[in-house]
Amino acid sequence: MLHTFVAYVEDLPGVLTRVASLFRRLNININSLTVGRSERAGLSRLTLVCEASAEAGHRIRASLFKLENVVDVDDIAQAPSVTRELALIKVAATPRNRAQIFDLVEVFRARIVDLTSESLMIEMTGVESKIEGLIEVLREDEGRILEICRSGKMTMRRGHHTSRVLRAMGARAEDATETDNDAEAAENGAVTEPE
Amino acid sequence: MGSNANTQSSNAHLITPTRLTGAEIVWATLVGEGVTDVFGYPGGAILPVYDALRKFPIHHVLVRHEQGAAHMADGYARASGKVGVAIATSGPGATNLITGIATAMLDSIPMVCITGNVSSKVLGTDAFQEVDITGITLPVTKHNFLVSRTEDIAPAIRHAFQIAQSSRPGPVLVDITKDAQQGTAIFDFDAAKPRPYRPHPMLRVEESGLAHAAELIRNAERPVILAGHGVIESGAMEQVRTLAERAQIPVALTLLGLGGFPASHSLNLGMMGMHGEAWVNHAIQEADLLIACGMRFDDRVTGSTSTYALKAKKIHIEVDPAEINKNIKVDVALVGDLRAVLENLLPRIAGRDGSAWLKTIEASKGAVAVRDIKNLPDSGHLYAAHVMHDLWRITGGDAIVVTDVGQHQMWEAQYFHHETPRTLITSGGLGTMGFALPAAIGAKFACPDKEVWVIAGDGGFQMTAAELSTIVQEGIKINIAIINNGYLGMVRQWQEFFYDRNYESTPLVSPDFVKLADAHGLAGRTVRTRGEVASAVEEARSAPGTFLLNFMVEKEESVYPMIPAGNALHEMIRRPGKNPLVESPDDN
Repeated sequence: MLHTFVAYVEDLPGVLTRVASLFRRLNININSLTVGRSERAGLSRLTLVCEASAEAGHRIRASLFKLENVVDVDDIAQAPSVTRELALIKVAATPRNRAQIFDLVEVFRARIVDLTSESLMIEMTGVESKIEGLIEVLREDEGRILEICRSGKMTMRRGHHTSRVLRAMGARAEDATETDNDAEAAENGAVTEPE
Repeated sequence: MGSNANTQSSNAHLITPTRLTGAEIVWATLVGEGVTDVFGYPGGAILPVYDALRKFPIHHVLVRHEQGAAHMADGYARASGKVGVAIATSGPGATNLITGIATAMLDSIPMVCITGNVSSKVLGTDAFQEVDITGITLPVTKHNFLVSRTEDIAPAIRHAFQIAQSSRPGPVLVDITKDAQQGTAIFDFDAAKPRPYRPHPMLRVEESGLAHAAELIRNAERPVILAGHGVIESGAMEQVRTLAERAQIPVALTLLGLGGFPASHSLNLGMMGMHGEAWVNHAIQEADLLIACGMRFDDRVTGSTSTYALKAKKIHIEVDPAEINKNIKVDVALVGDLRAVLENLLPRIAGRDGSAWLKTIEASKGAVAVRDIKNLPDSGHLYAAHVMHDLWRITGGDAIVVTDVGQHQMWEAQYFHHETPRTLITSGGLGTMGFALPAAIGAKFACPDKEVWVIAGDGGFQMTAAELSTIVQEGIKINIAIINNGYLGMVRQWQEFFYDRNYESTPLVSPDFVKLADAHGLAGRTVRTRGEVASAVEEARSAPGTFLLNFMVEKEESVYPMIPAGNALHEMIRRPGKNPLVESPDDN
C-alpha cells in the first residue's frame, strides 16, 4: 500500500541522507519527497510517500524515530488529510495556438506564469490526478510539452493538529481533538493488535 | 599505566571553563566522561589529538590494526558495561574501524569511535587520506557526527556518549577535522552537556498490556521465557529470575543472553536456536506462551518464521519499538526498558504450578547422563567439546571467555556454562571472525583482575593475530585457546551438509601457533590428546604472562544439533550414531 509519512527533522547537513538511507536499506523506493521549512525554527518538515506492505508502516515510523535528527513522525495512512502537488509545465506555443492553451488552463484552474513568443509556462497546484489530467491533455499534441517539473506531494492532516504534533510543538496533549485520540488508538492497535 | 603528568590541571578544566585546543578538548571531554583507557592508532589527521594525550590521565593502547581498536573498545564495553572508546586517523584508519563498528551495531554495544579527518577547507576534495567516514558509517552507527569547529567538539563527544548508552545501546562515531583539533575554544564540560535524552516516542507500556500479559502467564500451561541480550543490557537478571521462579517458567537463552540467567539454575533450559539442544527448541515449538525478554527473534533463533512456535501466544518486552512485529508477530508488546517493565509486571504475577510442563521438558531430554560428554570414555581423540568442558570445569566458570566465530563459538556456548552476565563475550549478530583476540584485550583492560580466555578457531585467529604484539607491548596476561582443526570449520560443516562435501577453500594452512607465540616472546603449548587438556589449561593459567594453547582437535567434527537455515525449529540434524559424541540410543 501507499504510505505517507510526515516528519519534522532538524535542519542540518546530512539529515536528508539519514532519512533516505533508511528507505534505501529497506529496499523501498521513495515515490515522492518534499522538504521545506516548517512553523518551528530549526526544523524542516518533510512529506515522504512510498510503497510498502501494510505492516511495514509501524516499523518504518519506529525506525525514523530512532534517527537522532528526527523529531516527530506521523504516518498519515488513511487519516483525513489534504495532499497537494505543484507542477510547472513548459509548453511550446506560438501566438497562433496560444488561445487553445489559455482555455485549457482556465478549465484546469491553472495559471500562466511565463510567456514568450515560442513557449509558455503553466503553474498548477492540485491533487496528483488533476495534474496528470492536464499533462494528458497537453500530450494530445505531440511535442507540445517541453519540460515538466513536479514538486512531489505535500500532505497535512485535516482539522486540528494531532496530539503528536502538538507535543512536538511543546503544547499540551489535552488540546488534541477527538479524531486524534482515534489516531492514537489506531497507533496502539498497530503495536498490540497487528493487522 | 598512562601518564599522569598533568592530572590536576586537566581535572581543573572540568570545573573551570578554560581555553584549550580542540585536541585537548577531546581528551578533557573523555576524562569528564570517565574514560580511563582508549584503543587506537595514530596518523596524520589525528596527530594533534595524539600530541595532547600526554597531558591527560588516559591510557592509550596502541593496536596493530584499527579493526583491533574497534573490537577492543567493544570487548571493553561488553566486559564492563561502560562505553568503549576507539581512535583512528582519517582515510584507511577510519575505514579499518568499520567491521568493528558494525559488530558493535549488530550486538547493541555502547562504543564511541573518534576519527580525525582532513581540514575543513579541503573536505570533499579527495585530499590525502580523506574518506567520507560519516557517510560510510551511517548505516552501521547509531548516529555519527562530523565536527569542523573546535567549539563543537565537546558537545559532540558528550552527545555521542549519551546516544551510545541510552535506550538500545550502539556505536557512535565522531569525525573531527584537523583544523578543529588545532583551533582553540573555551572548554566548559558542563555547558557541553547534551539535552536530556529523549525517549523513543513509541515506547508504550500500558495497564491493559500488563494486565493482558499477566493473564496470559496465569493461564498458560506450557510457557517459556526467551531471554536475550537485553536482560544483561538492562540489568534485569534479578527480575527475569524472579519471574521464572515465581511462575515456575523455564528459561531459554539466546547466544548473547548466556549469563543473563544462571546456567546451573533448575529452570534454565540452555541456548535456543540453530545450535541449541533439541529439548530447548522442542519446548519452544510446543509452548503455548512465549515471554520474549530483550531479544529480537533473530533468524538464528527462530529458524523458519512461518513455522515458529505456532501454538504459542507471544509477549514481547523490548526497548526498541522497531523490533516489535519485525520478525515474529506478537500478541502483547510491552515496549520499554526490560527491567522497568518487569518490575511493573511482577506484582501481578502469582505463584503457579509449572511442574507438569517442566516434567514434560525433562522427559524430552532423554538420557542426558549417557549423552553427556564428560561421561564418555576417552577414545584418545581430542574434540573441541572436551576442551570447552575442561576449560569450564577447571576455571569453575569464573572467567571471561571471549570467543571468535564459528564451530568453537557454538561448542563454547554448549559446553561452557555461564552463571553470571558479561562472562561470555562473542560476536552474535554480525558473526565477525577475528573478533576474539582484540575483544579479549579490551575485556582485560576493563577487568584487569579477571581471568580472560580467548577461544578462537585457526581461521579467525589469523585474521587479527597481529594483536599478539599489542599484548606484549601492554604486558597483559590473557590465555589463548586455539581450536585448530585445519579447516574453516563451520563453513566446512555447511559444505558437508548442504554442498555435497565439496570442501572448496576451507582446508586451511596455518603457522605453528606455538612458534608464532614464541616469536612474540609468549609461551605456548600444543595439545593433541584429551588426557593433556587439563594439565595444559592449568599450565596456561599459572603462567605469569599470556599463554597460547594450540588444541589439535578432530578435523571433521560438526556442531550438533543443527537446524539448517530456513528450516523449522524442530527440523534439526541430530548427532549421527557413528560419532563418539553420540547421544543416547533413544535419540536414534
